[in-house]
Amino acid sequence: MENKKGFDFKKFATGNGIIWLVLILLVIFMEIGTGAKFLTASNMETLLKNESIKGILAFGVMMCILSKGIDLTPGAVVALVSVVCASLAQKSDASSRLLGAGNPLPTFVIVVIGLAIGVLIGFLIGATIAYTKIPPFIATLGSQLICRAIAKMYSNKPVSSLTESFRFLGDGKVGVIPMIVIVFVIMFLISYFILNKTRFGKNVYAIGGNDNAARVSGINVEKNLIMVYVWCSLCAALGGILVAGRTGSSDPSTYGLNYELDAIAAATVGGTSHTGGVCNVPGVLCGILILGVVNNGLVLLGVNDNMTNIIKGLIIVGSVVIDMRKNRQKV
Amino acid sequence: MNDEYILEMQDIVKEFPGVKALKGVQLKVRPGKVHTLMGENGAGKSTLMKCLIGIYTPTSGKVIYQGKEVHYKTTLEAMNDGISMIHQELSPVMERSVVDNVWMGREPRKGIVCDQRKMRKDTVDLLKRLDLDINPDLKMKELTVAQMQMVEIAKAVSFNSKIVIMDEPTSSLTDNEVEQLFKIIADLKAKNVAIIYISHKMEEIFRISDDITVYRDGEYIASDKAENLDVNKVIKLMVGREMTSMFPKVECPIGETVLKVEHLQSGRAVKDVSFELHKGEILGFAGLVGAGRTETCETIYGMRPRTGGKVWLKGKEVHFHNPSQAIEHGLALLTEDRRGNGIVGLLSVEENTVLANLRKYGFPLNQKKMHDDAAEFVKKLNTKTPSLKTPIMNLSGGNQQKVLVGRWLLTDPDVLVVDEPTRGIDVGAKAEIHSLISQLAAEGKAIILISSEMPEVMGMSDRILVMHEGLMTGIIDRKDATSELVMEFATGDTVNTSDDAAQPAGKAE
Repeated sequence: MENKKGFDFKKFATGNGIIWLVLILLVIFMEIGTGAKFLTASNMETLLKNESIKGILAFGVMMCILSKGIDLTPGAVVALVSVVCASLAQKSDASSRLLGAGNPLPTFVIVVIGLAIGVLIGFLIGATIAYTKIPPFIATLGSQLICRAIAKMYSNKPVSSLTESFRFLGDGKVGVIPMIVIVFVIMFLISYFILNKTRFGKNVYAIGGNDNAARVSGINVEKNLIMVYVWCSLCAALGGILVAGRTGSSDPSTYGLNYELDAIAAATVGGTSHTGGVCNVPGVLCGILILGVVNNGLVLLGVNDNMTNIIKGLIIVGSVVIDMRKNRQKV
Repeated sequence: MNDEYILEMQDIVKEFPGVKALKGVQLKVRPGKVHTLMGENGAGKSTLMKCLIGIYTPTSGKVIYQGKEVHYKTTLEAMNDGISMIHQELSPVMERSVVDNVWMGREPRKGIVCDQRKMRKDTVDLLKRLDLDINPDLKMKELTVAQMQMVEIAKAVSFNSKIVIMDEPTSSLTDNEVEQLFKIIADLKAKNVAIIYISHKMEEIFRISDDITVYRDGEYIASDKAENLDVNKVIKLMVGREMTSMFPKVECPIGETVLKVEHLQSGRAVKDVSFELHKGEILGFAGLVGAGRTETCETIYGMRPRTGGKVWLKGKEVHFHNPSQAIEHGLALLTEDRRGNGIVGLLSVEENTVLANLRKYGFPLNQKKMHDDAAEFVKKLNTKTPSLKTPIMNLSGGNQQKVLVGRWLLTDPDVLVVDEPTRGIDVGAKAEIHSLISQLAAEGKAIILISSEMPEVMGMSDRILVMHEGLMTGIIDRKDATSELVMEFATGDTVNTSDDAAQPAGKAE
C-alpha cells in the first residue's frame, strides 16, 4: 500500500488540475485576443476587485452545496446588510440621512452589526432546513424574497455618503493591494482551514456524502447544517459590507441582484458537486478566477453582455457534465 | 463438459482505473442448467455478469451467446436478446406500483397510450404463475424487502429469457420463500432456461446447482459439475488455502454485567425487551426478519426514541438521545445497511475510519494521527485497499466492512453491537471477522451479535437472545442451544425464560 507524499501529478491532472489548465488557456486566449491589454497590472486589479465580492459569496455557498443543499439567499443578504450598514455609516452632514440626524457609528460596530445580521439570517434558514427537512432550494427561494423585501422596506431609496473609515474595507488600499482583495484572500484561507483542518469541515463532507452514515457515527447533522447556512450568510453579509464600502452607497432594489447565481456558478465550475460530498477550496478559487477572466476578458474584447452570458452558461453546464462523470457513485 | 453451451465467455478482461477486476476469465453455461458462480467478494463474479449484460464493457475478451458473438451496450439490449439479471442490491422505484415496476421501460401500448389493463392482467397472471401472493396494485415501498425481491424475480422471469442471472437472490428471503424460488428455478429449467446463480450459502448451492465455476481475485480457478464437488473442495478453491474452523469462538472468562436493559420499549417495533450483557460475552440476537432486534439495539444506541424501560451501562443509568452520547459512553453500533448508513462512499478509507472519532483529533485536526490510526486498523484487520486515500466505494463489500469495523474499534468501545456483520461477505473475510469478534470478547469487550444466519449465531454466541415481533421470547445458553429451539422462540411458538431474563409480556399479536 502506497503512502504518497508530495505532488501526485496524475491525480492532479485527472482530478481538479484540469480547471487550472482551462484557466491558463483562457488567460492566454484573452491576452492574445485583446492584443496584450489583458495582463496589465491595472486590468488585473480591476478583475480582482470585481470578483472579490462574488468570490467571497462562492466560498460561502460552496459549503451548502457540499452538504447536498443550496442557498439562493446570498444576493438578498448582500442587499439587506449593505443598506443597513450604509445607513449606520452615513456621514452626519450627508444631505439625506436615512436614520435622521445623528452621527455614524464606529466602523467596527457597524461591521459587527452587519455580520450579526448575516448570522441571524443563516441561523433561521439553517434551522428551517435542518428541522423541517424541506428542500433547501425551496426554503432559500422563500428567504431570498423575504430578505430582499425587508431590505426594500428598510429603505425605499439609495443610501449614500458614507464615511471614509467604513469605506476602507471595500475601497481602500494597503500599499498597492486593494483591501477588498486582501479580505478575499483571507476568506479563501479561512475557508480552506475550516473545510480541511476542522472537525466541522469533516462533518460537512460526511453529511454531504451520506447523512445517515454521519448520524450513526455520532455527528449532529442538524446542528452542523445550521452552521453551514450561518457560514454562507456570514459570507454574504461580509459581501454586503464590502459592496457598500466599495461603491460608497447602497441601493436595496438592485444591489446583490443575481450575485448568488455567479457564486453558485463559480463553486460548480470549481468542482463542487451538487450530489453532495465533493468540494475543493482551491478548485473553487479557480472557478472564481475562470468566471472573472471570462467576465473581464469578454468586456475588453467588446463582446455583448448577452453573448457573455451564453458563454458563461455553457461553461457552467459543461463543468457539471464533467463533474458528474467523475463523481458518479458506484451502483 | 461437452454439452452444447448457450453461453461462452472467453478470456474476459475488465480494467477500472487502478484496478484489474477481471484478469482473463472463462465461463461456459449449459442451457437448462443451474450454473453457480462462487468466489470471495472481489473475486469478480458480479463484475463478470455486469460485463455480460451491458452494464460494463469488457476491456477485452469474447462473449458468445447462442453461437454468435455479442456486445451489449445497454441492459435493455441484453434483456431483449434473452438475458436478464436479478441484482443483489434492489433498486425498485418505491413510489410506483408493482405493475409499473415489472413493466418499466417496456409498457404494452395501445397506439400511443399505455395499455394499463393489459399491464395489470399480465402482472396478475405472472404472479399467479409463480405462486406469489402479492397485491400488484401496492406501491413498492409498501412491500417487505422479501416481497420486493420476489417481484424482482418475477420481473426477470417475465422477459421470457433464455438465461436468468440471480445475484444473491435469497439474502432477504425466509425459508418458505426460498422454497418458492427453488420451485421457480425448477420450472425455468424445465423450459430449458439456464440460470446463472451467485450465492455464498453453501447448503443452497449444493441443493440446486448442476455446474459450479470458482473465481478468485479476478481469475478463473476451476469449473466442474456440482456432483463432482463438495463444500470443502469448493472452499479450498475459493480461498486457496485450508479453512479450519468457521466459527473460532474462543473460550474466555465472562465477567461482570456491563449493560443491563429492563423492559425496553420503542414504538411498535420494540415492545418489551430485557437482558444483561457481561464483559467477555458474545450475546447473539436471533429472530426472524422484523423481530425487532435491530430496532432494540438502535434504541439503546440513541438512534430511535425510547418510549419505555431503563438502561444501565457500566452500573450507571443512561438514556442516550443520540449516537454521539452513546459513543462517548463506550457503546458502538456497526449497522446492518453498509451502503445506506455505514460507509460514506465518496470519502476515503482513512476518512471513513476516523469518522466516529473526530473529536479526539483536536483543533486544528491532527492529520498525522488520523492517518496513523487509519493505517493501524487497515493493518490489524488485513484490509485490502490500494491506499488509505482510496474512496471506500471502490473496495469490495468485505473490505468495506473491515473499514467500518475499524471505525468502531477506534472509538475503543466497551460494548460493541454488530448487526449482520458478515452479510454479503465471502468465506475468507467472514472467518476473519468472526475471529476478530472472538478476540474482542477475549479482550474483555461485550458483544451483541445480531444475525439471521443460524450457524453463525449458534457457533459464536455464549448465550442467544431470541426475539419475536418486538418481544424477547427467550434466552438460551450455548450448551442448550439447538436450531429447533431457537426457531421455536423465533416464531413465537413457545414463550420461555431462563437465567437472568425477565418475564416478557406475553405472546405477541
